[in-house]
Formats: sequence, C-alpha cells, structure tokens
Amino acid sequence: MRRLRAMIVKEIWAVLRDPRTRIVLVVPPFLQLFIFAFATTLDVRNAELAVLDRSGGRAAVELIQRIEGSPNVRRVRRLASERALAEAIDDEQAIAALVIPEGFARDVAAGRPATAGLVLDGRRSNAAQILAGYVQQIALGLGAELKPRIARAAGASEVTAWYNPALDYIWFTLPSLIAIIVSVAGLAITSQTVARERELGTFDQLMVSPLRVHEILIGKMVPPFLVGTLNGTLYMVAARVVFGVPFTGSLLLFYPALWIYMLALIGVGMLVSAASQTQQQAFLGSFLATTPLILLSGYASPIDNMPGWLQVVTYADPARYFLVIDQGLFLKAMPASVVLQQLWPLALIACVTLSAAAWLFRARME
Amino acid sequence: MDGPVARADGIVKRFGTGAPALDGVAIAIAPGRITGLVGPDGAGKTTLIRLLAGLMAADAGTIEVLGRAPGDARDAIGYMPQRFGLYEDLTVQENLDLYAELRALPRSERAEVFGKLLEFTDLARFRSRLAGRLSGGMKQKLGLACALVKAPRLLLLDEPGVGVDPISRRELWAMVGDLKREGIGVLWSTAYLDEAEKCDCVYLLNAGKLLFEGPPAALTGRVDDRVIRISGFEERRRRFLTEALDRPEVIDGTIQGRSVRLLLREGASFQPPPHATVDLAPPRFEDGFVEILGGGPTGTSRLAERYRTIPETDRPVIEAKGLTKRFGDFTAAEDMRFEIPRGRIFGLLGPNGAGKSTTFKMLCGLLTPTAGTGAVAGFDLRSAAADARAQLGYMAQKFSLYGNLSVRQNLDFFAGAYELSRADAARAIDEALDVFELERVAGRDAGSLPLGFKQRLALACAVLHQPPVLFLDEPTSGVDPVMRREFWTHINGLVEKGVTVLVTTHFMDEAEYCDEVTLIYRAVQIATGTPDDLKADAATLAGLDDPTMEEAFIALIEEHDRAHGVRAEAA
Amino acid sequence: MRLRDAALDARCLRALIAKELAQIARDPSTFLIAFALPLLLLFLFGYAVSLDTTRTRIAVVVQDDSAPALRLAESYRRSPYFEVTMARSLASVRGMMVDGSARGVVVIPQGFGEGVKRRAPPPIQVITDGSQPNTASFVGTYAEGVRQSWAAAEGLGPAPAATGPPIALSPRFWFNPDLRSRYFLVPGSIAIVMTMIGTLLTALVVAREWERGTMEAMMATPISMAEFIASKVIPYFLLAMASMALCTLLAVFAFGVPFRGSILALLAVASAFLMPALGLGLFISASTKNQFVASQIALLTAFLPTFLLSGFIFEIGSMPLPIRIITYAVPARYLIPSLQTVFLAGDYWGLLLPNIGIMLGFGFLFFALSFRVTRRSLD
Repeated sequence: MRRLRAMIVKEIWAVLRDPRTRIVLVVPPFLQLFIFAFATTLDVRNAELAVLDRSGGRAAVELIQRIEGSPNVRRVRRLASERALAEAIDDEQAIAALVIPEGFARDVAAGRPATAGLVLDGRRSNAAQILAGYVQQIALGLGAELKPRIARAAGASEVTAWYNPALDYIWFTLPSLIAIIVSVAGLAITSQTVARERELGTFDQLMVSPLRVHEILIGKMVPPFLVGTLNGTLYMVAARVVFGVPFTGSLLLFYPALWIYMLALIGVGMLVSAASQTQQQAFLGSFLATTPLILLSGYASPIDNMPGWLQVVTYADPARYFLVIDQGLFLKAMPASVVLQQLWPLALIACVTLSAAAWLFRARME
Repeated sequence: MDGPVARADGIVKRFGTGAPALDGVAIAIAPGRITGLVGPDGAGKTTLIRLLAGLMAADAGTIEVLGRAPGDARDAIGYMPQRFGLYEDLTVQENLDLYAELRALPRSERAEVFGKLLEFTDLARFRSRLAGRLSGGMKQKLGLACALVKAPRLLLLDEPGVGVDPISRRELWAMVGDLKREGIGVLWSTAYLDEAEKCDCVYLLNAGKLLFEGPPAALTGRVDDRVIRISGFEERRRRFLTEALDRPEVIDGTIQGRSVRLLLREGASFQPPPHATVDLAPPRFEDGFVEILGGGPTGTSRLAERYRTIPETDRPVIEAKGLTKRFGDFTAAEDMRFEIPRGRIFGLLGPNGAGKSTTFKMLCGLLTPTAGTGAVAGFDLRSAAADARAQLGYMAQKFSLYGNLSVRQNLDFFAGAYELSRADAARAIDEALDVFELERVAGRDAGSLPLGFKQRLALACAVLHQPPVLFLDEPTSGVDPVMRREFWTHINGLVEKGVTVLVTTHFMDEAEYCDEVTLIYRAVQIATGTPDDLKADAATLAGLDDPTMEEAFIALIEEHDRAHGVRAEAA
Repeated sequence: MRLRDAALDARCLRALIAKELAQIARDPSTFLIAFALPLLLLFLFGYAVSLDTTRTRIAVVVQDDSAPALRLAESYRRSPYFEVTMARSLASVRGMMVDGSARGVVVIPQGFGEGVKRRAPPPIQVITDGSQPNTASFVGTYAEGVRQSWAAAEGLGPAPAATGPPIALSPRFWFNPDLRSRYFLVPGSIAIVMTMIGTLLTALVVAREWERGTMEAMMATPISMAEFIASKVIPYFLLAMASMALCTLLAVFAFGVPFRGSILALLAVASAFLMPALGLGLFISASTKNQFVASQIALLTAFLPTFLLSGFIFEIGSMPLPIRIITYAVPARYLIPSLQTVFLAGDYWGLLLPNIGIMLGFGFLFFALSFRVTRRSLD
C-alpha cells in the first residue's frame, strides 16, 4: 500500500506541476465551456433573408413583416429582379430568398390556396432546411389566421416537446459537453503518462524499483480519473447553476456511470501511451482516438442517421453509452433500470480496454 | 596570418537578472593552434562559444572574427554544437550534402572534399546510414565533418567528447590535430582535462570569470613538486585515501591502481604511514585545475557515516552466469560471466555500443536475458526479479528523476516506492537533504537545478533505502572534475560499509576506483581483472611503459582487433 | 538570430528543401497527419456525421379505430422518414422515449374518425424528444408533412381542388437540391485537413529543429532568414496541396460530391488559405520551441477554431455577438464558404475574391510576426 500511495502521490504531482499538462487541464475546459455552450448551436438565428415581391397587397406585406419580426431572422433585403436574387444567394449575402408571385395576395383574399417560392442556399443545406421550417411555420400561421375556416378543415397537429419544451439547444449541448470534455481531457492526460516517462528516461528508473506493474498502472490512472471527475462535476454544476439546465436524474447513478466511462477512456489512453515512444506520438495517437470517439458517439449527429454498418461500429464507442445516460439523467429522469442497460456494455468495454492496456504495457516493458 | 583568427575583449553577457553568464571575459584564438576552454558546469563556456559563432550578441565588449563581426564571418566559421547539429533522419551523405550546399562549396570541389572528409572520419562505409543510427563516436565525427565541409578558418567545438568512449575521443583529437597543421584556429571546450592538457593554450572559466589563461603547463607548473604517489601501505586503498583527504595538508587525491595519488597544499609536507613508499609524481593539468578552483572535497563521506553496515557474506553479491542477449540476428551481449563479492566496485568498460549497457540492464532487470542467469543479493533475476529490485539502488546516465517534481517530492516518491515506513522515510529524507546540502533547494523543481545538484539528488534517491547493491550507469557523464571527486568520495565511503557497486563509465580515471573491471567489446568480455592487471597486460601487449588506464583500454581493443582481423567498427 | 534577412539564394534554398522533403518522406508522424488523418476525417464526415435525417424511430399511438385513423397511421408507417412502432396507449411508449429508442410519438386521438366525417378533424398530437432539439424539430415538421399528404389524399379542405393550407411555401434548394449534408461537410473537412498540415505539422517540424539543436547549427551557417523560412513553407505548402488534391479526388469520386467550379479557383482559394495557416504554424513554433506546447497551442488556435468557429458545422450567424466578432479572426471562416462555393456552386468570384484577399492579409500578418519572433530567438 505504501508503494501504491507513493506512486499515486507522485503521479498527481506530476500532473499538477507540469506546465504543459496544466495547459491541457485548464485552457480547453474553459474555452470549450464558452465556445461550445454559445457557438455550437445547430439552431439558426440572425439569418439574412431576401425577398422578391411581385405581388404586393395585404397578404404579401403581412408575410414579409412577420418573417422580419421572427427572432431567427436579422433582416430581409428587398430585391428588384431575378438577377439580384441570384446574386444575393450566389455570393452568400442571403441564405434564403422568398419569391412572392404575382397574384399571391389576390389568391389569398379570394380564399384560393396561394403558394410562395422559397429559394435556399443548398451549400449550407442544414441551416437552410431549419430556416425553411421556420418560414413554413410563419406562412402556415398567417394562413390560419387569415382564413381560419379553411385551415380548420385541413386539420392540424399539436406539437409538444417532452423533456425540453422550448427546444432550448443549450439543454442538449451542455449535458453532452460533459461527455466531450471528460473524453478530451481524459485521453490527453492518460496518453501522455507512460510516453512522458519513456521520453524523459524515468521509465527505467521506475522499472528497477520494486513497484509492481499493477501499482504503476493504477498510479497512472488516478490523475486522469480525478481530473475527469472534477471536470464532470464542474460542468454539471455550471450547467445547472449558470445555464439553468435541469438535472432530473439521480447523482447516485451519474457518478458510477461517469467513473465507469472514465475507466474505459483511461484504458484507451493507456493503450495509446504504451504504444508511443515519444510524447509527440502520444499526442497524435490521442488525437486519432478522440476524433472518432466523439464523432461516432451520437453527439455530432444522431447515430440513426449513419449507414447501417457504421451504426454497428458505434457499439464499440464508449462515449455512445455515456452520452445516452448523461442526457437521460439531465433531462429525462432516467431510472436505474434504463441506466443499467447502457452501463453493462460500457463496463465491458472498460474491461477490454484496461486489460489490453495492461497487456501492451507489459509487452513493451523492454 | 599571424594575428589571432578570433578575438574577444571585455565580454559581458547577461540572461535575466541574476549574475552575468560572462563577466568581462577576453579570449584570443590563434591560427594553427588548439585553444582549450575548460571550467566547471555553468562557467559560461557554451555562451562564449555561441557569441563567437555569432548566434547571440554580447551586452558589452567587442568580438572580432577575422577582423569582422562574427555574424558577418559565418563563411569562415565551422561550429559544432553540443549535440552535433545533425539531422538524425537524414543519412550521412545527405547531412554532408546539405551543409556543403548551405556553405556554398563549389560543385567542382565536392567529390574531392567529400572523399577526403569521409576517409578522414572513416565514415565512407556508412554513407547511406541514417545519422540517428550511428554510434555516439560516429555522430561526433560526422558533426565535425559537417562543420568542415568548406575549410573554415575558425573551428568552434562545444564539448565534443560528452558520452563518447576513449577511442573515439582519441581519434577526434587526431583529426583536429591534422586541421591545426593546416592553419585553422580551433577552440575546443571540454570536460576531459587530459584533452585540455594537450591544448596549446587553455582558458579556464569559472562562474563567468576568467581564472586562468596560458599554456596548460603554466597551470600544471603551479603544483610542481606538490603531487605525490604513495604505495605499499597496509590499509585498504580506499580507507587510506579517505584518511589522507581528511588531512589539512591534502587538497585532492585519487586512486591509481594499488597506489594513491595526492595533491598537497602549498608548502605542506605529507607524513607517510610506516612501510609506505612516497614518490614524487608528475603533475597533471587536472591537479592544477582542482587547485585553482579551491581543491576537492574532504575524504570522509557524511553519507557513508550514517549508512548501515551491510552484513558480511561469503556468497557473491552480484553474479552473471553466461548472460546473453539477442535482438533478432544481432547479439548485443554474449556469455557474460563475473562474480562481485560484497564491498567491491566492479566496472564495465567498453566503447559505445559494445554491449556494456545491455549487460548492465540485464543485471538490473530492465532486459530479460535470452540465455544465462544472474543474481543480485542472492535473488535470481528470472525467478525473483521484484525481490532483487528491492535490494538495489539505481542511478542512470542521463538525469532520470522527475524534473517537474520538487527535490523533496522526488525523495518522497522514492522513499515510498522502496517501502520505507513513514518514520524511516522522514528521517532518511532529512538526512539526505542535509548530507547532500539540498535543503536550500528542497522546494525547487528538480529539472531546474544545476547539473551538480541533479547528480547529488539522483544519488540521494538511489541510496534512500540503504540498499546493499548500487547500479551506476555512466553516473558522472558531463559532470566537471570537482563534482566527480565528491561523487566518488561518497561511493568509496559506501563501499567501505560493505555496499557492492556495479558501474559503467567512459572516464578511465574513474575505472581506477574499481576493484575489478571487465572490458566489453563487440558483445564479449575481452579482458577482466584489476585495473593494474589490465594495465600490465597492455604494457606487455603494446610495449608501453607504465600505461594509463586509457592507454590500456585502447591497447587491449586494438590488440583484439589485430587478433581477429577487423577494424574498430563501433568506434 | 542574426541572419541576413532578405537574401534568397537558389542553391541554399534547393538544398534546404531537398532536406525537408527527405525528412517528410521518413517521418511517420508526417505521414500520419498528411494522409492517414485526412482519410479518417473524410471518412467520418462522409459517413458518420450526417445531418440529414433519414429514418427516425417514432411510435404511433392509435386511440381511434376508425378507418381514417388507421389510414393515417398507415401513412406514417409507409413514410420514408420514419420507422414506426405501433402502440395503443401513450403509457406503453413512455419507456421508449426515455431510453431513446423512439424520438417521437404521434397520438391519433379518440374521435378522430368522427371529426374527419364532420370535416373538422381534431388535431393529432405530436410529442418529440426535446433532449435532441434538432431531431425534435425534424420529427415535428415531417410528422405534420405526412399528415398533410394524408389530408390531401382524404380530400379534406373546402373545395376538392384546393388541397392545401391557405398559404403554402414551395422551397427550392439551389446547389444541393437533395439536401445531402455530406455535400457541405466533405468540402469543409478539407479545410480541417489543410489546417492540420499547414499549422499543426509546420509548428511541429520547426519546434523539432529547436528541440534537437539543429536550429542552432543552421543559424551558424551563412543561410538567411528568408531562405530558412521559405525552406519550411514551400515543402509543407506542397504537401498540403497534395493532401488537398487527394481529398478532392476522394470527395468527388468516392463520396459523389459535385465539383462545379474550376480547378484554378480551387487552387487559388487553397493557396490563399495556406498563407495564414503556414504563417501561424511558424509563429507558434518559433515562440514555443517545444513540440508538445506547439501542438497544444496549434490545436487551440487553429484546429478548434477551424472546426467550431468557421461556419463548418455551426452557423456563425447563430452565435452571440462577441463570438461572432472572434470568428472574423479565424482564417478558415473565409475558406469554408469559398470551398463550398467552388464545389457546389461554381466560380463565383464576387464571393471568392474578397475571401482570398482577406486570407492573404492574415497570411502577411502571421509571416511578419514569425519573422520578428524567429529573429530574436536565441537570445
């Protein structure tokens, strides 16, 4: 126990006193908290629109004004010609242009269904689609107000969102961010540990001491584990207190899930570290591991959207399971039974990565 | 040209706010001469060379190289930095090509110059080998060749001999000797004082100030008649040296085989023990160096005083029984056999890449032998490796402690790793801080300490648990002579307490401290015995009269090559 | 470092570049960054990151047994956008919403058939999973879309001819009518690849020269600053262009992304971007002189901004003002729309030229900075 304790204390100091590790420890979490929280929204706000109004009349003016009044739209430029429209879209001065045909207002007034055109910039197809949805809502709403009888006969759907009634994007981002930050910091720190000792020549010193391999490995696991727990806690509190995201699940489920996830990550990081000769290689290795880990987790885009064979691959991604638990505990009051469903594959992955890391470490001791 | 090729006057260079790195230094480098630059760690040698190479500007003073500012005279300067400045992922030929182009060597002269340089450095066979895969000695020669592609007027060499074996160093010296005859002015910075002794003129720096300038003989002359050799005493030589060094009249002392060599204070005389013979010995440059820097440490090691006495045993403490290591087709060490009894120092000597590190690593458990067995303190390396590890203290070549941990944290860690109880650990650490005078720097990052302190800390960590066995792998590489004296004072003291030491070194004067050495060459032991035995063998083989350990080393290897009809490839 | 500043000697330069190329060819990490990483990124952005909702799993709860209700449920089942699980009560699908196996629930209420008969059907209820706001919006919109098609087929509405709501929109997506997110993600990931080579790799190799002491030996030779910097810039410029070409070929032939602009425009845009990218890489390495620190800083100042603040995935317009201002200092912000335009739209120089100009301006700034820092380095 004395040996293990010494190893752990040493590893913690090594992380805390190394200015390079401190960079990894402090800067990315802060930067990411702010940039991710505010910048990474797939919501569309402040959009630039253009309009080519060939109709005039009450309905057309009303439609343009409502679009202009939308919080998602910054301004609507009036265009005079098809050419101006093409230019506005081509040069990305507007992401979308509304084309109101001749007779539009007349048709509306007469109770005939009227259709306006919407030209969108497919280079940014995602934002364009979302925007198209907003404009569509506005048009439908206006139609229903102007001609309620026709609208009622066509029926409607009442859309409600559970767990996040206002569809606030930050309620999605911040819980996911816990998974991301824990992954990035955990992998970066773990992957450096063994490689650093190799490069600095202290590895031999460690190997000739009476420390056992498992003591060395456990010692090296503690700092990333602590850092991950700290980061996770920090972000969880920030999400609730600063950003007002509700945490509806149980902390007694959150921490075990976080810890098991950390173990799986640390296993991956150790594998990278044991395979690297230099810190440089370890850095590149952790980068190569982090990118797919995050992109295949379901954070960047839903797993359902991926091709079938790739969906199978995502079952090996520990972040996939933790993300579900994490989002579930924040917003969905996920019960223990559902958490366990996700937890056992995560635990299995942790076992595999940790044993593989220990094996590689032993194999590369000479 | 008769005037100096380079001249500097009143040079002051400051980094940050502390004491200046150079404080009013003047130097002149004459053509056709080798000018030596010596001094302890942190004396300012590298800074002076960089200033002369035009890599940085002085805060005060004038520097002229061939009558121009150094930055304008780059065409005429050949510079070899400490790490040789080679691209390790380029081949020998590619490195030469690069420097030839950068120095605008006319194409028409290339074939001739390369031919000459490759022959001169004996690297022709390795033209297509990556520089990173050359041995230390070969890298050093390639670095020199690159600095010479366009015959410079001034050649600056910054500690070219660090970590390089005696054969390679001697070859380098011979090569530079040839250049000197062509009229090149050479500045040679070194930690090996036997090299300094051979220079035409020497500058001795200490803490940024010039302490001495002139021919080496002038420094040596200061200690004429003060160096004596004592032999025939009855005590063990280490104990005798310890006692002698404790006397006020003795400034410095070293072991040389069965005898002990002492440097006396000016005007003092030494009262020899009964039956001992005292001869006047020829003074060496090193004696003058130690004297001008205020003498070496006293003899009694405070570390050894507090060390436990290792129990007597009849069985050998370290045993190698046919240790062999192969990497694929390549045999790194073959059939290593030796036994080291309690309280003895055993030295592994040999050129770079000969197999001494491999042997060393097998014995301390870092490499698993392909064949053969070994034992440390009675524990078999194969079956009880962890127990064996608990019995040894280990100190490696380059500073291998945790640079970003403080001194105290390093000690704490090793105390824990070797399972000292809390109370023992606290006592051992306090003692270590006291004995090695580390209290003042206990809170500082180990990596930021001067080399001498790092070395003390490394030794402190290695002996914290008072192991019966010490493994030292080039423990004094790059360390100045005074610090090395202090180190060996501790080791000698520990050995008197019964500690057994296995050491590798490139300093042949340190080999003299060993009770027994084995010379490893091309993966086999070519000679084993006491230093005196080896010297005697060499004397008969090469017809030398009273050879130094270094001469013996070279003679034995050359003899082996002659007998086996091969050239020294590893050199 | 006191070198002649401007002189460029062709011979020195050629030798330095030959050396750099030999090193590139032998260094595994170069290979990793220049070829393995681009392939991985292209692969992930081509397949893994798809923002197109293809089939979302939903549950349809039918509380009404009438024929119209069953026909509506059937419409959902046949919709290409949904993978439907049928259920009788909302309570039975609650669990599916919690564990994410359903992203939405459509509830067809009791009395729905009656309402249809009276030509005033009660609204259906669409419940979405708000924990994934985007999917939630898609489910809401598409569920309503399916219902509208159904309503049209049922002939609901005032007159048989008028089958839609009073005001409808007909969206047309230019350049990318099928709305494949891959079409903008793949060109965007080329920007990331060029950042990795231009900034990260360059920062690493120059920092390595400092670390290994070869920089000192270089500075003691008669080469000039301009030669040294050019010898670093030219090989990595070529490497980045080669990697870009590889990515373009893959994008067009493996991922079917259209290429409507000219190769000239692509080369112009890519070259202009490499100026700030390489300049930043040199600046970072000269100021840190340490590979690890250089790589971390390159990650923070080049990779993350290119990824997050360039409009690659996340709309700049949607970010709060302070962050929007920061994005103007991210060179990739000007590259991404240019690349997307060259690939999907064509040579619209009205958009490309200002972007190229700004990127060159940043390039000039970063090079000036790295000249300054390198010159003062050894002291």
